[in-house]
Amino acid sequence: MGPLSSYFAFPDWLNMLTAFLIGTGFGFALEQAGFSSSRKLAGMFYGYDTTVLKVFFTAAIVALIGSQFLSYLGLLNLNQVYVNEFYLTASITGGVIMGAGFIMGGFCPGTGLSALSIGKIDAMVFVAGGFTGAFIFTETYPLIEGMATAQYKGPVKINESLGLSPGLFTLIMVAAAAVMFRVAESAEKKFARPEITNELK
Amino acid sequence: MNPYLAGTLLGIVLLLAMFISGRGLGASGGIKYCVVSLVGAVNRPHVENSTYYSTYFEDGRKPLTNWLTLEIFGIVAGGFISGALSGRLKLKVEKSPKISVTRRLIFAFLGGVLFVYGGQLARGCTSGAALSGMAVLSLAGFVTMIAIFGSAFVFAWFFRKNWI
Repeated sequence: MGPLSSYFAFPDWLNMLTAFLIGTGFGFALEQAGFSSSRKLAGMFYGYDTTVLKVFFTAAIVALIGSQFLSYLGLLNLNQVYVNEFYLTASITGGVIMGAGFIMGGFCPGTGLSALSIGKIDAMVFVAGGFTGAFIFTETYPLIEGMATAQYKGPVKINESLGLSPGLFTLIMVAAAAVMFRVAESAEKKFARPEITNELK
Repeated sequence: MNPYLAGTLLGIVLLLAMFISGRGLGASGGIKYCVVSLVGAVNRPHVENSTYYSTYFEDGRKPLTNWLTLEIFGIVAGGFISGALSGRLKLKVEKSPKISVTRRLIFAFLGGVLFVYGGQLARGCTSGAALSGMAVLSLAGFVTMIAIFGSAFVFAWFFRKNWI
Protein backbone atom coordinates (compact mmCIF):
# COMPACT_ATOMS: atom_id res chain seq x y z
CA MET A 1 0.00 0.00 0.00
CA GLY A 2 2.85 2.43 0.72
CA PRO A 3 3.94 5.04 -0.20
CA LEU A 4 0.81 6.39 1.50
CA SER A 5 0.82 9.72 -0.38
CA SER A 6 0.18 8.01 -3.71
CA TYR A 7 -2.03 5.19 -2.32
CA PHE A 8 -4.42 7.66 -0.68
CA ALA A 9 -3.79 10.40 -3.30
CA PHE A 10 -2.81 13.01 -0.69
CA PRO A 11 -4.07 16.54 -1.44
CA ASP A 12 -1.37 19.24 -1.73
CA TRP A 13 -1.88 20.59 1.79
CA LEU A 14 -1.35 17.14 3.30
CA ASN A 15 1.84 16.62 1.29
CA MET A 16 3.09 20.00 2.53
CA LEU A 17 2.19 19.15 6.13
CA THR A 18 3.90 15.75 5.87
CA ALA A 19 7.02 17.41 4.44
CA PHE A 20 7.13 19.91 7.31
CA LEU A 21 6.63 17.23 9.98
CA ILE A 22 9.22 14.89 8.48
CA GLY A 23 11.62 17.84 8.31
CA THR A 24 10.88 18.57 11.97
CA GLY A 25 11.79 14.99 12.90
CA PHE A 26 14.92 15.26 10.74
CA GLY A 27 16.08 18.52 12.36
CA PHE A 28 15.29 17.16 15.83
CA ALA A 29 17.31 13.97 15.24
CA LEU A 30 20.29 15.92 13.82
CA GLU A 31 20.36 18.29 16.78
CA GLN A 32 19.99 15.45 19.31
CA ALA A 33 22.88 13.64 17.61
CA GLY A 34 25.06 16.64 18.47
CA PHE A 35 25.31 17.78 14.84
CA SER A 36 24.57 21.38 15.77
CA SER A 37 28.28 21.59 16.65
CA SER A 38 30.81 22.10 13.84
CA ARG A 39 33.74 21.04 16.02
CA LYS A 40 31.99 17.75 16.73
CA LEU A 41 31.28 17.20 13.03
CA ALA A 42 34.86 18.10 12.04
CA GLY A 43 36.10 15.59 14.64
CA MET A 44 35.22 12.88 12.14
CA PHE A 45 38.10 13.93 9.89
CA TYR A 46 40.70 14.19 12.67
CA GLY A 47 39.52 11.08 14.54
CA TYR A 48 38.73 12.68 17.91
CA ASP A 49 34.95 12.34 17.48
CA THR A 50 33.40 9.78 15.13
CA THR A 51 29.73 10.48 15.93
CA VAL A 52 29.15 11.31 12.24
CA LEU A 53 30.01 7.79 11.11
CA LYS A 54 28.00 6.12 13.89
CA VAL A 55 24.84 8.16 13.34
CA PHE A 56 25.07 8.11 9.55
CA PHE A 57 25.48 4.35 9.13
CA THR A 58 23.03 3.47 11.92
CA ALA A 59 20.38 5.62 10.21
CA ALA A 60 21.08 4.18 6.74
CA ILE A 61 20.86 0.60 8.06
CA VAL A 62 17.64 1.22 10.03
CA ALA A 63 15.95 2.71 6.95
CA LEU A 64 17.39 0.02 4.67
CA ILE A 65 16.29 -2.93 6.84
CA GLY A 66 12.96 -1.26 7.67
CA SER A 67 12.07 -0.64 4.03
CA GLN A 68 13.09 -4.18 2.99
CA PHE A 69 10.82 -5.62 5.70
CA LEU A 70 7.90 -3.35 4.78
CA SER A 71 8.33 -4.41 1.17
CA TYR A 72 8.54 -8.11 2.13
CA LEU A 73 5.32 -7.78 4.16
CA GLY A 74 3.64 -6.14 1.17
CA LEU A 75 3.22 -2.80 2.98
CA LEU A 76 5.57 -0.72 0.80
CA ASN A 77 6.03 -0.83 -2.95
CA LEU A 78 9.74 -0.06 -3.33
CA ASN A 79 9.28 0.55 -7.07
CA GLN A 80 7.44 3.74 -6.11
CA VAL A 81 10.22 4.99 -3.83
CA TYR A 82 12.59 7.42 -5.52
CA VAL A 83 15.99 5.98 -6.46
CA ASN A 84 18.68 8.58 -7.23
CA GLU A 85 19.68 8.97 -10.88
CA PHE A 86 23.33 8.16 -11.40
CA TYR A 87 25.40 10.66 -13.37
CA LEU A 88 28.91 9.32 -12.79
CA THR A 89 30.91 12.50 -13.56
CA ALA A 90 28.62 14.80 -11.59
CA SER A 91 28.39 12.44 -8.59
CA ILE A 92 32.16 12.29 -8.17
CA THR A 93 32.91 15.95 -9.01
CA GLY A 94 30.05 17.19 -6.86
CA GLY A 95 31.10 14.85 -4.05
CA VAL A 96 34.68 16.15 -4.04
CA ILE A 97 33.46 19.79 -4.02
CA MET A 98 31.19 18.87 -1.09
CA GLY A 99 34.11 17.25 0.74
CA ALA A 100 36.02 20.53 0.50
CA GLY A 101 32.93 22.44 1.66
CA PHE A 102 32.53 20.07 4.61
CA ILE A 103 36.04 20.59 6.01
CA MET A 104 36.03 24.34 5.37
CA GLY A 105 32.53 25.02 6.66
CA GLY A 106 32.24 22.36 9.36
CA PHE A 107 28.64 21.61 8.42
CA CYS A 108 26.66 19.97 5.66
CA PRO A 109 23.44 21.69 4.51
CA GLY A 110 21.12 19.68 6.80
CA THR A 111 23.27 20.02 9.91
CA GLY A 112 23.85 23.72 9.10
CA LEU A 113 20.08 24.36 9.08
CA SER A 114 19.65 22.43 12.31
CA ALA A 115 22.53 24.32 13.99
CA LEU A 116 21.36 27.79 12.96
CA SER A 117 18.04 27.07 14.66
CA ILE A 118 19.73 26.94 18.08
CA GLY A 119 21.67 30.16 17.51
CA LYS A 120 25.02 29.08 16.01
CA ILE A 121 26.19 32.16 14.12
CA ASP A 122 28.76 30.15 12.13
CA ALA A 123 25.87 27.98 10.91
CA MET A 124 23.87 31.06 9.84
CA VAL A 125 26.87 32.24 7.81
CA PHE A 126 27.32 28.71 6.39
CA VAL A 127 23.68 28.62 5.22
CA ALA A 128 24.03 32.15 3.75
CA GLY A 129 26.99 30.72 1.83
CA GLY A 130 24.72 27.84 0.81
CA PHE A 131 22.16 30.25 -0.65
CA THR A 132 24.99 31.92 -2.57
CA GLY A 133 26.24 28.53 -3.81
CA ALA A 134 22.74 27.60 -5.01
CA PHE A 135 22.44 30.99 -6.76
CA ILE A 136 25.80 30.52 -8.53
CA PHE A 137 24.65 27.03 -9.57
CA THR A 138 21.29 28.11 -10.98
CA GLU A 139 22.81 31.14 -12.77
CA THR A 140 25.69 29.23 -14.35
CA TYR A 141 24.01 25.86 -14.96
CA PRO A 142 23.91 26.27 -18.77
CA LEU A 143 27.73 26.57 -18.75
CA ILE A 144 28.23 23.21 -17.00
CA GLU A 145 25.21 21.34 -18.35
CA GLY A 146 27.38 19.10 -20.53
CA MET A 147 29.49 17.97 -17.59
CA ALA A 148 26.49 17.72 -15.23
CA THR A 149 24.66 15.29 -17.51
CA ALA A 150 27.69 13.29 -18.74
CA GLN A 151 28.06 9.53 -18.13
CA TYR A 152 24.36 9.00 -17.30
CA LYS A 153 23.70 5.51 -15.98
CA GLY A 154 20.06 5.73 -14.86
CA PRO A 155 18.64 4.94 -11.38
CA VAL A 156 21.07 2.04 -10.84
CA LYS A 157 20.96 -0.03 -7.64
CA ILE A 158 24.29 -1.07 -6.18
CA ASN A 159 23.21 -4.65 -5.45
CA GLU A 160 22.08 -5.12 -9.06
CA SER A 161 25.35 -3.88 -10.46
CA LEU A 162 27.13 -6.39 -8.19
CA GLY A 163 24.66 -9.16 -9.05
CA LEU A 164 23.48 -9.57 -5.43
CA SER A 165 19.99 -9.73 -3.92
CA PRO A 166 18.94 -6.67 -1.84
CA GLY A 167 18.81 -8.84 1.29
CA LEU A 168 22.34 -10.17 0.86
CA PHE A 169 23.75 -6.71 0.13
CA THR A 170 21.98 -5.38 3.25
CA LEU A 171 23.57 -8.14 5.33
CA ILE A 172 27.03 -7.26 3.94
CA MET A 173 26.39 -3.59 4.76
CA VAL A 174 25.40 -4.41 8.35
CA ALA A 175 28.61 -6.44 8.75
CA ALA A 176 30.68 -3.62 7.22
CA ALA A 177 29.04 -1.10 9.56
CA ALA A 178 29.81 -3.29 12.60
CA VAL A 179 33.49 -3.34 11.59
CA MET A 180 33.51 0.45 10.98
CA PHE A 181 31.90 1.11 14.38
CA ARG A 182 34.68 -0.87 16.10
CA VAL A 183 37.37 0.99 14.13
CA ALA A 184 35.66 4.30 14.97
CA GLU A 185 35.55 3.52 18.69
CA SER A 186 39.27 2.72 18.75
CA ALA A 187 40.12 5.76 16.59
CA GLU A 188 38.43 7.99 19.17
CA LYS A 189 40.83 6.64 21.81
CA LYS A 190 43.89 6.85 19.59
CA PHE A 191 43.24 10.38 18.30
CA ALA A 192 41.56 11.68 21.47
CA ARG A 193 41.68 15.45 22.00
CA PRO A 194 40.23 15.93 25.49
CA GLU A 195 40.84 19.71 25.25
CA ILE A 196 38.23 19.81 22.46
CA THR A 197 35.79 17.07 23.49
CA ASN A 198 35.54 18.33 27.09
CA GLU A 199 34.61 21.74 25.78
CA LEU A 200 31.85 20.25 23.61
CA LYS A 201 30.14 18.40 26.46
CA MET B 1 21.98 11.59 22.95
CA ASN B 2 23.85 8.31 22.42
CA PRO B 3 24.95 8.33 18.73
CA TYR B 4 23.52 4.88 17.96
CA LEU B 5 20.18 5.91 19.46
CA ALA B 6 20.19 9.22 17.55
CA GLY B 7 21.06 7.28 14.39
CA THR B 8 18.12 4.95 14.97
CA LEU B 9 15.83 7.96 15.40
CA LEU B 10 17.17 9.49 12.18
CA GLY B 11 16.71 6.16 10.39
CA ILE B 12 13.07 5.97 11.52
CA VAL B 13 12.45 9.52 10.21
CA LEU B 14 13.99 8.52 6.86
CA LEU B 15 11.90 5.33 6.77
CA LEU B 16 8.75 7.40 7.42
CA ALA B 17 9.66 9.72 4.52
CA MET B 18 9.99 6.65 2.27
CA PHE B 19 6.80 5.00 3.56
CA ILE B 20 4.58 8.10 3.57
CA SER B 21 5.95 10.22 0.71
CA GLY B 22 7.93 7.71 -1.36
CA ARG B 23 11.14 9.72 -1.14
CA GLY B 24 14.17 10.33 1.03
CA LEU B 25 15.32 13.31 3.08
CA GLY B 26 17.00 16.37 1.58
CA ALA B 27 18.58 19.70 2.47
CA SER B 28 20.52 21.39 -0.35
CA GLY B 29 17.57 20.95 -2.72
CA GLY B 30 15.32 22.91 -0.37
CA ILE B 31 17.89 25.72 -0.24
CA LYS B 32 17.92 25.81 -4.05
CA TYR B 33 14.11 26.00 -4.19
CA CYS B 34 14.22 28.98 -1.80
CA VAL B 35 16.80 30.69 -4.04
CA VAL B 36 14.78 29.96 -7.21
CA SER B 37 11.72 31.39 -5.49
CA LEU B 38 13.62 34.54 -4.43
CA VAL B 39 15.00 35.07 -7.94
CA GLY B 40 11.48 34.63 -9.33
CA ALA B 41 10.13 37.27 -6.94
CA VAL B 42 12.91 39.79 -7.67
CA ASN B 43 13.33 39.34 -11.42
CA ARG B 44 10.41 37.57 -13.06
CA PRO B 45 11.46 38.13 -16.73
CA HIS B 46 14.91 36.65 -16.00
CA VAL B 47 13.23 33.46 -14.72
CA GLU B 48 10.83 33.21 -17.65
CA ASN B 49 13.63 33.66 -20.21
CA SER B 50 15.85 31.00 -18.66
CA THR B 51 15.25 27.39 -19.69
CA TYR B 52 16.70 26.24 -16.35
CA TYR B 53 14.69 28.50 -14.00
CA SER B 54 11.44 28.31 -15.97
CA THR B 55 11.08 24.55 -15.36
CA TYR B 56 10.50 25.34 -11.67
CA PHE B 57 7.49 27.52 -12.51
CA GLU B 58 5.86 25.26 -15.14
CA ASP B 59 2.13 24.61 -14.84
CA GLY B 60 1.75 27.35 -12.23
CA ARG B 61 3.98 25.55 -9.73
CA LYS B 62 5.56 27.52 -6.90
CA PRO B 63 9.03 26.50 -5.68
CA LEU B 64 8.19 27.83 -2.20
CA THR B 65 5.48 25.17 -1.71
CA ASN B 66 7.69 22.33 -2.91
CA TRP B 67 8.04 19.24 -0.66
CA LEU B 68 11.75 19.94 -0.07
CA THR B 69 11.18 23.59 0.83
CA LEU B 70 8.60 22.71 3.48
CA GLU B 71 10.91 19.96 4.72
CA ILE B 72 13.83 22.35 5.33
CA PHE B 73 11.51 24.76 7.21
CA GLY B 74 10.76 21.69 9.34
CA ILE B 75 14.51 21.06 9.91
CA VAL B 76 14.84 24.53 11.44
CA ALA B 77 11.73 23.98 13.62
CA GLY B 78 12.87 20.53 14.75
CA GLY B 79 16.40 21.70 15.56
CA PHE B 80 14.94 24.54 17.62
CA ILE B 81 12.63 22.21 19.58
CA SER B 82 15.53 19.83 20.30
CA GLY B 83 17.85 22.68 21.35
CA ALA B 84 15.15 24.15 23.60
CA LEU B 85 14.44 20.80 25.30
CA SER B 86 18.15 20.15 25.86
CA GLY B 87 18.96 23.71 27.00
CA ARG B 88 21.28 24.47 24.07
CA LEU B 89 19.69 27.66 22.71
CA LYS B 90 22.47 30.25 22.64
CA LEU B 91 23.77 32.81 20.15
CA LYS B 92 27.43 32.05 19.57
CA VAL B 93 30.18 31.44 17.04
CA GLU B 94 31.63 27.99 17.62
CA LYS B 95 35.32 27.80 16.77
CA SER B 96 38.72 26.61 17.87
CA PRO B 97 40.26 29.03 20.40
CA LYS B 98 43.33 29.18 18.12
CA ILE B 99 41.53 31.01 15.29
CA SER B 100 39.71 34.35 15.06
CA VAL B 101 35.95 34.78 14.68
CA THR B 102 36.48 36.41 11.27
CA ARG B 103 38.52 33.46 10.03
CA ARG B 104 35.88 30.99 11.24
CA LEU B 105 33.05 32.92 9.55
CA ILE B 106 34.90 33.36 6.23
CA PHE B 107 35.54 29.61 6.06
CA ALA B 108 31.95 28.86 7.12
CA PHE B 109 30.67 31.02 4.25
CA LEU B 110 33.01 29.48 1.65
CA GLY B 111 32.17 26.00 2.91
CA GLY B 112 28.46 26.73 2.48
CA VAL B 113 28.99 28.00 -1.08
CA LEU B 114 30.95 24.88 -2.06
CA PHE B 115 28.71 22.39 -0.27
CA VAL B 116 25.43 23.49 -1.83
CA TYR B 117 27.03 24.05 -5.25
CA GLY B 118 28.53 20.54 -5.16
CA GLY B 119 25.27 19.14 -3.79
CA GLN B 120 23.32 20.53 -6.71
CA LEU B 121 25.86 19.19 -9.19
CA ALA B 122 25.69 15.70 -7.63
CA ARG B 123 21.86 16.00 -7.36
CA GLY B 124 21.90 15.67 -3.59
CA CYS B 125 24.14 16.34 -0.60
CA THR B 126 24.88 14.25 2.50
CA SER B 127 21.12 13.88 3.14
CA GLY B 128 19.58 13.52 -0.31
CA ALA B 129 22.36 11.65 -2.09
CA ALA B 130 24.50 9.89 0.51
CA LEU B 131 22.08 8.97 3.33
CA SER B 132 18.79 8.61 1.44
CA GLY B 133 20.61 7.11 -1.56
CA MET B 134 22.22 4.41 0.56
CA ALA B 135 18.85 3.55 2.13
CA VAL B 136 17.41 2.73 -1.32
CA LEU B 137 20.66 0.97 -2.40
CA SER B 138 21.27 3.62 -5.06
CA LEU B 139 24.73 3.34 -6.64
CA ALA B 140 24.77 7.14 -7.00
CA GLY B 141 24.30 7.41 -3.22
CA PHE B 142 27.24 5.14 -2.43
CA VAL B 143 29.55 6.85 -4.95
CA THR B 144 28.63 10.34 -3.69
CA MET B 145 29.08 9.25 -0.06
CA ILE B 146 32.58 7.89 -0.78
CA ALA B 147 33.49 11.03 -2.79
CA ILE B 148 32.36 13.38 0.03
CA PHE B 149 33.97 11.57 2.95
CA GLY B 150 37.04 10.39 1.03
CA SER B 151 37.90 13.88 -0.22
CA ALA B 152 37.12 15.49 3.14
CA PHE B 153 39.70 13.20 4.80
CA VAL B 154 42.29 14.34 2.23
CA PHE B 155 41.39 18.05 2.49
CA ALA B 156 41.37 17.79 6.31
CA TRP B 157 45.16 17.89 6.36
CA PHE B 158 45.22 21.29 4.63
CA PHE B 159 42.65 22.86 6.96
CA ARG B 160 43.81 21.24 10.23
CA LYS B 161 44.83 24.57 11.80
CA ASN B 162 41.17 25.64 11.69
CA TRP B 163 40.08 22.73 13.88
CA ILE B 164 42.86 21.14 15.94
